[in-house]
Amino acid sequence: MSRATYIAGRVAQIVPTLILIGAIVFALTRFLPGGPIAALLGDKASDETIARITAQYGFDQPMLVQFGKFLNLAAHGDLGDSVAYHMPAMRLIADRLPVTLTLTGFAVVIALGLATPLAFVAASYANRWPDLLIRGLFQVGLSSPIFYIGLLLLTVFAAGLRWFPVGGFGDTLSDQLYHLILPSLTLALSLSAVLMRSLRASILVILNADFIDFARAKGLPASLVLRRHVMRNAIISTVTIVGLYVGELLGGAVITETVFAVPGVGRLMVDSIFARDYPVIQALTLCLAVAVSLTFIVTDLLQMALDPRIAR
Amino acid sequence: MKGRAGLLGRSLSIPAPLALGAAIVALILFCAVAPGAIAPYDPLAFDYTALLAPPSAAHPFGADNFGRDILSRVIYAARIDIQIALFATLGPLVIGSLAGLLGGFFGGWPDILLGRLVDLVLTFPFLVIVIAIVAVIGPGLSNLYVAVSLVGWVFYARLMRAETIVQKQLDYVAAARGLGFGWARILFRHILPNAARPILVYWVTDMALKILLGSSLGYLGLGAQPPTAEWGVLVADGKNFFTQAWWMTFFPGAAIVLAGLGFSLVGDGLADLMDVKR
Repeated sequence: MSRATYIAGRVAQIVPTLILIGAIVFALTRFLPGGPIAALLGDKASDETIARITAQYGFDQPMLVQFGKFLNLAAHGDLGDSVAYHMPAMRLIADRLPVTLTLTGFAVVIALGLATPLAFVAASYANRWPDLLIRGLFQVGLSSPIFYIGLLLLTVFAAGLRWFPVGGFGDTLSDQLYHLILPSLTLALSLSAVLMRSLRASILVILNADFIDFARAKGLPASLVLRRHVMRNAIISTVTIVGLYVGELLGGAVITETVFAVPGVGRLMVDSIFARDYPVIQALTLCLAVAVSLTFIVTDLLQMALDPRIAR
Repeated sequence: MKGRAGLLGRSLSIPAPLALGAAIVALILFCAVAPGAIAPYDPLAFDYTALLAPPSAAHPFGADNFGRDILSRVIYAARIDIQIALFATLGPLVIGSLAGLLGGFFGGWPDILLGRLVDLVLTFPFLVIVIAIVAVIGPGLSNLYVAVSLVGWVFYARLMRAETIVQKQLDYVAAARGLGFGWARILFRHILPNAARPILVYWVTDMALKILLGSSLGYLGLGAQPPTAEWGVLVADGKNFFTQAWWMTFFPGAAIVLAGLGFSLVGDGLADLMDVKR
């Protein structure tokens, strides 16, 4: 298989995936007590609005026709109007998505910044106390729920030391980034634990590989060998892990944004549940799943770019 | 293949992390089974002389805004979180194992369909889809179990399917076929016991994950409903007081970390002990 066919094939897979994601989200509202009409309009809609919506979405027609209409509207970015905000659900999401994307992007950067040096330390002292300490701390971090990490950071760094704001969001860009430091750190911790584990393992494998002995025998300094050979393999596995972890990060953002009162789509999700704003919940579920499946494709293509054997 | 002697020989030298994890899990299970035996106070008793009392000899974990003893509340909450660890994993374990066994054994289009469904469910962020389902069917513990079972089975199905495909190519299955055994007997009496090990190990790790998930939903107000004492709910109770009374969030949260650590240490330790690749 050539590179181009691989890329084309992988990108073409998105179409059935999107349709199936749509099917699951479509099915979700059918389980709702009161059915999809209540999902779109809430509990307090007037009879004429119900009649209008029934006609518009074809709720009086067969299920398959309804699904077709739903897909068509969704493809045009119409997933109904928010009951709480009286505006299109998609616009509401589009307004808040940049905040969540900044938060998750920031978290990835922090996770890499934490994991990389610590993995090198842990691997060079394999099974001695620095290694055990680092692994132990990350194990505890992995067992800590995000809301708890967030509240602890708030207690220490915001309420106690007053280095950071207790929550909310600034007006200027730099102020907003400053508000996002603690939330991003909170979100980054579990990812950095997973990254550290994998980086440490790949460094150890390479340290024990024959070609390292050979390179050393040639007289290359150990640090150079490590950097050159470890980097290539480590980058591939790191890209894979981050790609697969995006869903986890977006889920974590729901909790992080709630703890820190960050106005992103995660907090919107929780608010919408308590406001019974089903169109927004439905649209958000769809958008986040689409975001994850797009990330999977980008990850695959990146892997191929880094390791051409994958396309073969 | 490990003989009985090998297993016994190993059990004499249980690795330290596994022993630590087992001790933690045993402690939490004891709290869940007999909270009254160790809790110093009634977890619901108000004490207006101890409002927001900091940790002391009388209240080792302090008291909350109603003067309730936090240590006692944390101990009683173990009951709910252990219940979550069991009920939020049993459904996925049974459904996923069955789907994986049948798909892996028979192959063909149902298996392809199963694979597609698993991949599809995995494109939804786990927490987001669980929250979305809970939003539709309503908050509360039993709905949480329904939502987790609807989604979480895919992890077990994937594991069990892979394991079944490996096992069905082994000689003992060919021998059983040669003896003329029916597929149900081969699948459940022969393949299932041999394929179960990695799934059971994952089950223990999954309990840690589900305690974290259940307490997160409790924190958001979508899981256990107050006044039920659940660790996540207790942390949520304390979050409005975190500037004045750090102990209200610190100790219930620490209980979650301890439980998560205990179950994942046991899971990792069992995986090493039983030689399960992950």
